[in-house]
Amino acid sequence: MAETESYPPIDPTNFDLIVVGTGLPESIIAAAASTAGKSVLHLDLNPHYGSHYSSLTLQDLTSFLNAQSPNPNINPHQSDTDTTAIDVITRPLYSDIEISSYDDSVVESSRKFNLDLAGPRVLFCADLAVDLLLKSTANQYVEFKNIDASYVCDGNGNLMNVPDSKSAVFKDKTLKYSEKNQLNSLFKLVQGHLEAVKSVETGVDDEKVISEEDLDSPFVMFLDKMKLPPKIKSIILYAIAMVDYDQDAGESCKDVLRTRDGIDRLALYHSSVGRFPNALGALIYPIYGQGELPQAFCRRAAVKGCLYVLRMPVISVLLHKDSGNYKGVKLVSGQEITSNKLVMDPSFTVTSSPSESPQDVSKFFDAGTISGKLARGICITKSSLKPDASSCLVIYPPRSLYPDQATSIRVLQLGSSLAVCPSGMFVFYISVVCDNALEGKKSLHAAIDSLFSAHTSGTTDSCSTDQIDSTEVKPTLLWSALYVQDLFEGLMGPVVMTPTPDGNLNYNDLLHTTSKLFQQLYPDDEFFPETSNTDSSDKLEDDSEVGIES
Amino acid sequence: MHGRPRKSATPVDENASALKAAKIRSLQSQFLQNHHNNIYTKEAQEINAKLIESNPEFMTAWNYRKLAFEHNLSNQSEVDKEDADHIKLIIDEELRVVENALRKNFKSYGAWHHRKWVISKGNSSTERELRLLNLFQKQDTRNFHAWNYRRFIAGLKDISDEKELQFTTDMINDNFSNYSAWHNRSVLLSHLLEKKVEGYFPKEIFLKEEYELVRNAVFTDPDDQSGWFYHLWLLDQTIKVDMPNLVSSWPPNGSEITNTTFPIVLFFNEPVEGVNLQTVSVQVEDDIFKNIAWSPLSANKFKCGQAWLTHLTIPFGETNSSKIFQVKIRSEYSQGIISSNGVPCSQHWSIAFRVSVCHDFQPEGQSLRRILMTDENFSTVDINSNVMDLFKSYFELASDYEQPTSSKWKSEMIASEIDQYRELLSWAECKIGKLTLARLLMANDAIGTPVAPNTTHVEEVLKLYSELMELDPTHYQYYKDEYSLVFLKQVASSKESLMKYCRQYKESTSSNITGPMCLRLNSLSLSRIGSFERLLWVQSLDLSHNQLPSIEGLEALQLLSCLNLSHNKIGSFMALDPLRFLKSLRVLNISYNEIGAHTVDTRRYLCSSPLSHTLDYDKKFEEFAAGDEKVVNFWEAYSVFGGLDIMQLDVVGNVAADERFKLFLVKLLPALKWLDGEEVH
Repeated sequence: MAETESYPPIDPTNFDLIVVGTGLPESIIAAAASTAGKSVLHLDLNPHYGSHYSSLTLQDLTSFLNAQSPNPNINPHQSDTDTTAIDVITRPLYSDIEISSYDDSVVESSRKFNLDLAGPRVLFCADLAVDLLLKSTANQYVEFKNIDASYVCDGNGNLMNVPDSKSAVFKDKTLKYSEKNQLNSLFKLVQGHLEAVKSVETGVDDEKVISEEDLDSPFVMFLDKMKLPPKIKSIILYAIAMVDYDQDAGESCKDVLRTRDGIDRLALYHSSVGRFPNALGALIYPIYGQGELPQAFCRRAAVKGCLYVLRMPVISVLLHKDSGNYKGVKLVSGQEITSNKLVMDPSFTVTSSPSESPQDVSKFFDAGTISGKLARGICITKSSLKPDASSCLVIYPPRSLYPDQATSIRVLQLGSSLAVCPSGMFVFYISVVCDNALEGKKSLHAAIDSLFSAHTSGTTDSCSTDQIDSTEVKPTLLWSALYVQDLFEGLMGPVVMTPTPDGNLNYNDLLHTTSKLFQQLYPDDEFFPETSNTDSSDKLEDDSEVGIES
Repeated sequence: MHGRPRKSATPVDENASALKAAKIRSLQSQFLQNHHNNIYTKEAQEINAKLIESNPEFMTAWNYRKLAFEHNLSNQSEVDKEDADHIKLIIDEELRVVENALRKNFKSYGAWHHRKWVISKGNSSTERELRLLNLFQKQDTRNFHAWNYRRFIAGLKDISDEKELQFTTDMINDNFSNYSAWHNRSVLLSHLLEKKVEGYFPKEIFLKEEYELVRNAVFTDPDDQSGWFYHLWLLDQTIKVDMPNLVSSWPPNGSEITNTTFPIVLFFNEPVEGVNLQTVSVQVEDDIFKNIAWSPLSANKFKCGQAWLTHLTIPFGETNSSKIFQVKIRSEYSQGIISSNGVPCSQHWSIAFRVSVCHDFQPEGQSLRRILMTDENFSTVDINSNVMDLFKSYFELASDYEQPTSSKWKSEMIASEIDQYRELLSWAECKIGKLTLARLLMANDAIGTPVAPNTTHVEEVLKLYSELMELDPTHYQYYKDEYSLVFLKQVASSKESLMKYCRQYKESTSSNITGPMCLRLNSLSLSRIGSFERLLWVQSLDLSHNQLPSIEGLEALQLLSCLNLSHNKIGSFMALDPLRFLKSLRVLNISYNEIGAHTVDTRRYLCSSPLSHTLDYDKKFEEFAAGDEKVVNFWEAYSVFGGLDIMQLDVVGNVAADERFKLFLVKLLPALKWLDGEEVH
């Protein structure tokens, strides 16, 4: 076909590392390896950067979600005699896709959207992603804005402000004075603990350290011990520590947060508030969408000499026939490229009927099993949830929407000032960790019902004008996409498999995994070494800033 | 800007700073040469600008800039003078230099002052100043220079106080740990109240909201002190009686006294000025006395005092029979009596008492026996004695002074604050909670009933202060002082409570010196004394075995003739300065104090000193000290005791009290009969 001819030949044909897929973990590994002086070839079968971490137009998003059907098998080429080729295919990551459009104007302005595949997601000003952006200097390619507000749903379906800092507690109008005191006391305890930990590390003893016994106990028990009322507990657990599973469920809770980790999460949140003088809250979001992040790292990698080829599917992985070791990849163009190492995004797998012995194959593609499921939703409206916040985070703690809601549902509303949608519109991302599609969808629908009013065709406009003075007008749902995503954790093998987007609000866990994968790939190299120039590191210390527009 | 740890200097830094110092030195010598020779060329000004940018603290450089600026303005050609743009250019250049200096150091006094100076010359945009301020105040929210400058610009630009108030609200909302913002708030609200701006007058309109605002801060973080001061200000605004008023007097209204020459003391709720013949009249029977001189009982020179004194002698002698004179003291023109912040007294008052003259009184016993204020020389007051009648007459009448009734909102506001702070203490043990509650309870007692002192909560307040002394040892002395004042308030609140501390002398021979009874406030570990307005009748006072470093306020007790201050913490003679006013003082015991023990008197600020120029230098002292140059060291003792007729003095147990000093005292006090228990010949 004419198209196949358009695939450009790649020169050189041997690299230290080939990375397939331009998701965030792959891009970071490519950038880190390039920085460490490796020759890297970075490939993506898609015409855009980001793979499962990308931000797409509305149309592209729809087709990306659906286009996950296996590639038609291309006839195996005749390989060299000393090489075995194992065909790779992409496996579907998304299921139960449900797209509904109630208003044509949304689809019509499809190109004005930058929709995240892996939403809702934000950065905490003090989290690993921000640190990594600064350390790798990829921050020069991205700009951020604050998330204006954050709300948590109480038991009665009301959204309360999350009093997440001393000044937020001070300003809050709904908390009782005693609750203000309790919340701030906890914040101070955490701070005192961290300072004490620091001073213990530096040899100075301090008595404020929370006892080891407490640190190992469930965080929820620690909060009980501090005599915090349920409302405050819920705010801390689900809206600040961002816990998924119901911590009050006792034995049946799947993932009990230990006090040690709870304190760390509070500390992360707290050091995020006020880390940058021009960032007002703890949370920031990249302008033009999360897809900017993998792109930023790709640009970083390119500066360091990494070679980029998009729209270039890999059709098979090549092995040395004798040793069975990894040798290289074969591209859809028919070209064979060799490298020492291979990193692939987790949606790749081998064809089910390889001619070779199954043992060999599984040795390379032990891509693991699905470790869990996530239900995600993208909703579009023409009005904001709260009149004074164009972007906000909403948390529905377990059991807040319906009695057997097992996990918290997180919603992120973004406005057009973040350049993710046409002006006058708002994008909502919803996600929930779930055991199966049914349960996940139930949670999504419950959140959607609580957030939006259903679209009543034709009469909407007049309806909304009638109610304009009433403050509690729910946004009307214009478009939605619901889907269930499989979760894979990254795996280290002869071929490195990167992790899929997880269910967290930030990238911390993903970045942990990614840096570990890199260290295993290149144990002798540093994962983005500090720049040797002391002047610039001083500068980072003093006024390191990610570009935050206010 | 705040809470950032300092880094220790590395060798690289040290090299850099040495280099910088060399550069500054060279600039400085060039600049000084220009300055001395009045050179204001462009090059000279550039050198100055460079110097200022590297060292904004160099005041001489700023002064040079002012001269250069004036020079630039006056030396322009006639054409330029018409040209407003040219003037603007000069000013802009000036502001640019200041701005660079401020970037170098936010807290440079010289830079901020220069900026003010330039802006005051007019011709520049205050709009830009405001923008600059917003930038500065965002970066360093608590910088008081910036806040100061903001007030200056707001005044120049005529920005409404309401708008500025909103700015403080925003700053406090961002981070309430901001003393400057809270302070500016109190300044702005005072303005608004003064100007009676709608919504801010009368003050109860805004006070309630302000209490809520600061409560949010205090309750959120009780350890953050920035809100405490604001709460204290609010409380003061709440209970403050807005005008000066007479609270007590000697002799009390309706009383009867027997001396023909006696002091008259008018005691006000706050220091006032303007008590004189025009404002206050003294009438004996039908005669208005015109040769009365009122003087404030205060060591300062501001002609201002909380207590005012005059002496009155009843003219008699025509008849030998006993006669009763009616004396009336009245405010004639109360507007003439003005508080220190300019508010006139608006309430009229009058005091009437009787003086009964009997001729059988004995002149003061010249053969004084030594008076010992020891337990064995006292007995409990016999309630059947006529002493009691006199005592009663002082107290049952003392509450007669009409006080403005306090508004209902005040008591409601304070009651609600009390409830809130009790709640705070129910879930958090914190010192600010206790301290504020103690203050609120005292305020509540002060305004609750206008007629008689209310001591409903005194026990609770004393308990709170005792707890605070344990909880917060750093501020032990403050709590102790407050404790002492509250304790004395309770003692002085009623006749019954006072009676518990009153004793009669067993020997009555010297009663015309000691008076019929002695108020014994000994061994109570008092560190401060107060409530003098209720103790004006006291003739004999025992304050021994306490911890008093000063006796400020004691000058109001004009009848005082016997005073025991032994075993206290008096550190210098100047701490005894109030004694100068106590012309009736005959017996004084200051033994076993710390006079002379401190080479540097750290408590000097408590009292006036020769250096404070409140005392006129007395030529007589020089004559007195002639021949003994070392006597100069006793200047302080001279200035305190010089005018007193002390007959019995105990100074033993003080470092200063050596033999030479004793000789000096004997010379100084001709009436002295007993010195440290030995008869003086």
